[in-house]
Amino acid sequence: MERGEEKVITSAEQAKQDPTYLQALKELLYQLADDDFLVSFRGSEWLGLAPHIEEDVAFSSITQNTMGHALLFYQLLEELGEGKVDVLAHDRKPSERKNAIYLEKKNGEGHYTEEPYYDWALTVVRNYFYETFKKIKLEAITKSSYQPLANVAGKVLMEQPYHLAHWKLWFEQLYNSTDDARARLQTRIAEAWEEFGDVLELGPYATEMAHFELMISEVELRDRWLEEIELMLGTLPSRTLGKKYGSGREGEHTSDLDQAIEIFQDVYVSDEGAVW
Amino acid sequence: MYNYLEYGSSDAPRNHEDPEQYDRFMARIEAGEKIEADDWMPDDYRQGLIKLISMHGISEIMGALPEKEWVPKAPTLKRKLGIMAKVQDEMGHGQLLLRVAEDLMKPYGKTRKDLIENLLSGDLKFHNVFHMPTKTWADAGMVGWLVDGAAIISQTNMLDASYGPYQRALQRICQEEVFHAQHGEAIIMALAEGSDHQREILQESLNRWWPSLLMFFGPASADTTGSSKQDIMIKYKIRKSNNEELRQAFLDKYLPRVFSLGLTVPDETVHYDEEQGQWVYQQPDWDEFKQIIKNKGPRSKERLRLRQIAYENNSWVRQALSKEVVGS
Repeated sequence: MERGEEKVITSAEQAKQDPTYLQALKELLYQLADDDFLVSFRGSEWLGLAPHIEEDVAFSSITQNTMGHALLFYQLLEELGEGKVDVLAHDRKPSERKNAIYLEKKNGEGHYTEEPYYDWALTVVRNYFYETFKKIKLEAITKSSYQPLANVAGKVLMEQPYHLAHWKLWFEQLYNSTDDARARLQTRIAEAWEEFGDVLELGPYATEMAHFELMISEVELRDRWLEEIELMLGTLPSRTLGKKYGSGREGEHTSDLDQAIEIFQDVYVSDEGAVW
Repeated sequence: MYNYLEYGSSDAPRNHEDPEQYDRFMARIEAGEKIEADDWMPDDYRQGLIKLISMHGISEIMGALPEKEWVPKAPTLKRKLGIMAKVQDEMGHGQLLLRVAEDLMKPYGKTRKDLIENLLSGDLKFHNVFHMPTKTWADAGMVGWLVDGAAIISQTNMLDASYGPYQRALQRICQEEVFHAQHGEAIIMALAEGSDHQREILQESLNRWWPSLLMFFGPASADTTGSSKQDIMIKYKIRKSNNEELRQAFLDKYLPRVFSLGLTVPDETVHYDEEQGQWVYQQPDWDEFKQIIKNKGPRSKERLRLRQIAYENNSWVRQALSKEVVGS
C-alpha cells in the first residue's frame, strides 16, 4: 500500500497481508491499550479515597469507561492474533508494555489499602494532560487507514470529551482558587514537564504509522497538544518537555510499573488455567 | 446496609411537643401517608431516622472499602469493570442516603462534615460486616452474593417506610442491589464450577463470613445486647419485620442455594424445624458483635484510618473548592 492511494484496510485479515503495516498497527494499538489500562488502573486505586463522595462516583465512572476503552483496543489486538485480551492486559512482561512511563507513576505515597497518601494535584494534572492528548490522538485516528480502529476511535470519542471536560474543570477550579492549591498544581506541572515526553511519542514505528496513514506524525501530535496546554496555562514552561525515565514506547519502564503489575495480576496468576 | 440500632438517642423526651400535633402525625402514619422533609415530625421520629439513615449511608461508604480491596486485583478485565461499577454504586447509595440524612439534620444545624467527623470519632457506627477482613477473591463474590443478599432482605423490609425521601431512595437502591447480588452470584458460580483451588477459597470464604452474616440482622431481642431500637422503627412504620424474621427470611432464601452448590456452613446443628416453621441455628457470639460495632472488629481501625487519611489528606481540595463558592 502506497501513501496517497487512500487505501482503506477493512479487516484484520487484510491488515495481516503486509508485515510492515501489521507491525506499525500493532505498535499503535499496544500504545493505546496500555496507556488506557494503566491510567484506569491508577484510577481504580483511588476508589473510595477521592476528596468527596460525589467525586468518587464521577471518577469511578470515568475510570470504568477508560478501562472499557483499553478493552476495545486489546480486542483489536486479539483479532490480529496477539492473544486473548486478559492475557494481553494481565500477563505481559514490563519490557513488552508500551504505555508511557508518566502514566504508570504511583498516585502518591503508600498503598491503596494502607496509608494511601495519594496526591489529588498529581491526579488532576496527569488526567488533564492525558485526556487532552488522548482526544487529539483519537481524533487523528478517526481518519486512520485501519477501518476497525477508526470505528473504535469514533465510538470512544462519544464519551471521552466528557472525561476531558471533567479534568479540565478540576484543573481550572484548583488553579484559580487558593495559593496552596495553585502551588500544588504548579509543582506537579513542573514534574510532568520533565516526564510527559514519551506520552507524545509514537515509538519505533512512528514513520511507518504516518506513512501508512494510521496516525498523524509525532511532530503534529506534539504541537497540537502544546497548543491546547498553552491555552490553559497562558504560557508554557520554558524548558523543553522531557522524558526523565526514558520512553515507555520503547518498552522502558520504572519500578512503579512492576508495582502496578504485581497488584493487577494478583488473582490472575494465583491459578492461571482457571476461568474466573 | 444497616437497620439495627444499638445506641439510639431516640428515647429523647418529646418536650415542647403539642399532643394534638403528635396525634395528627400518628394518624398520618397509621393511614400509610408519607412524611416529607418539611413536614412536622416528633423528635424521636426525626432522631431515629437520622440514626438509621446516617448509619445506612455511612455503612454504604465504609462498605465500599472491603470490596474495593479487590477492584485493582480482579482477575479479568470484565471482572475489574464489574466490581468497579458495583463499588461505585455503593458510594452512590452512600451519597444519596447522606443527602437524605443531611435534610433531617438541618434543624439541628448539622451537616455532612459532622457525619464524617462522627464516623472518625467513633460516634457514628457502621455495619458489622464491613469491619471484617477480606482474604481472597472469593470474598469479593461472597460480599456481593450473601452480604448484598442480606441487604436486599432488610431493605425490602423498608420499601414502604413512612418517611418519603428514604422510601424513595430505597426503591432505587434495592433495584441496584439486585444487580449486585447477580454480580456476586456470577463470581461465586465461576468459583464453584472451577478448579480445586477455586472451590477451596470459596468454602473457606463462606466459613469465615458465616457468623457475620448471622449477625447482619442484629440480635433477636434487646435482651441480647442491652438495647435495640427495632420496636420504635416498627411503631412509626419505618420497617415491618423484626430482626429474627429477617434472618429467617435470609436463611430460607439462601441456605438451599448454598447446599445446592455443594457448599457447607460451619454449623453442624443448622436445620429447618418443621414444627416451629423456622431454621434452627447456632447463635453467633453476640459479645463479639458488640465489640465489632464499637469499632473493635478485626479491621475497624484500618478501615477508619483509610477514611481519615482520605479526609485529612484532601482537606486542601475542599478548602480550595469552598473558596471558589464564596467567591473570595
